[in-house]
Amino acid sequence: MKTISLERSVAMIPDGASLMIGGFMAVGTPERVVDEIVRQNKRDLTVIANDTAMPGKGIGKLVGAKLLRKAVVSHIGLNPETQRQMMAGELQVELVPQGTLIERIRAGGYGLGGILTQTGIGTPVEDGKQVIQVNGKSYLLEVAIRADFALVQAFLADYLGNLSYALTARNFNPVMAMAADTVIVCADNVVPVGVISPDHIATPAPVVDYLIANV
Amino acid sequence: MEPQEIIARRIARELSSGMLVNLGIGIPTQVANYLPEGLHVFFQSENGLIGTGAPPEEGMAHPTLTDAGGRPVTALPGASTFDSAMSFGLIRGGHLDLTVLGGLQVDQAGHLANWTIPKKMVPGMGGAMDLVSGAKRVIVAMQHTAKGKSKIVKKCTLPITSTRRVDLVVTELAVIAFPEGRATLLETGPGVSVPQVVAATEAELVIPDHVAEIHVSS
Repeated sequence: MKTISLERSVAMIPDGASLMIGGFMAVGTPERVVDEIVRQNKRDLTVIANDTAMPGKGIGKLVGAKLLRKAVVSHIGLNPETQRQMMAGELQVELVPQGTLIERIRAGGYGLGGILTQTGIGTPVEDGKQVIQVNGKSYLLEVAIRADFALVQAFLADYLGNLSYALTARNFNPVMAMAADTVIVCADNVVPVGVISPDHIATPAPVVDYLIANV
Repeated sequence: MEPQEIIARRIARELSSGMLVNLGIGIPTQVANYLPEGLHVFFQSENGLIGTGAPPEEGMAHPTLTDAGGRPVTALPGASTFDSAMSFGLIRGGHLDLTVLGGLQVDQAGHLANWTIPKKMVPGMGGAMDLVSGAKRVIVAMQHTAKGKSKIVKKCTLPITSTRRVDLVVTELAVIAFPEGRATLLETGPGVSVPQVVAATEAELVIPDHVAEIHVSS
């Protein structure tokens, strides 16, 4: 794990990259990183996240700045701009049931090719997917997803990169931290090693590549 | 009494102590307001919280304690937080006793459509498909009609949320269950007659000999 400045962390991201971004309606989204992506004007991004938040918050800022080519998300209902760009054909949106999305990401990070779920059977979500029978029940095969970068917001990060999360700001963050080639973490508090009890570490240090330094 | 209040009060009677319950937005959220005294129910927010409490007092909101709509909430004593994989493991894995959701249409076989109106309303399904497919019991809370048209239809014209049948639909006019996949009228709304329910309903209803009236006390 290396510590890195905010500016340099985002400079690593090329145009066209795929990004997993933690957060649920912008709660637990690394806002500092999002702001820096907008400032550096990274373009043609694919974002994999729970939702596109709302205009002016979290991933909504990336949508508003028209930096996204594709969004793989479960919900866009609170962001009219995402819906507008989708309807206008400016932004490709893949809608995925939330429980399926998190499991596809988990599979990507845990070395699995995909998962079987009953969610989506008999609905438009089934279109084009393989249906597999197990013990007399039908399941959809939902394939794993990985990304070039995971942008993770933690509550505590120690100097080694061990992470813990706060309340409902946890959501997709620890799962995404396993599923990307490069994991960049922003933390509310950077603390000495030992401050986080081993039992409270949700993301172990070896999976973290970069910890953004405090300003 | 407003239709929403009748619906929320009636559904509150389906809850019992120790249940793990997920409430959707809109009328379902109001169910929590009408719990009988002394009942201890675990409310789940699918963003990663069990023990969701009422909104905090002014000035007490915390940016990392929110419900699935991103609104500030409180956490009751005994609350727990977890990541989204566990949250949906609870939902799909047979741990969630009850989900209460809003609806656009329910058909006479018990199929729910509540996540999209193609080309008009495309918010994404969020957790709805997992909730309907995975919860042990599914209750739909919705008004009986929209713009004068029955929302309880012969067959859903909107894309369905799951092939799994819902267990109960509660409207201001009726309580309907789906034994053997047939819409069956269990109760009528306060002061509502069976013929009034039939007249307001597109679906074919099975009408038992005895149909009770929704009992709600304020």
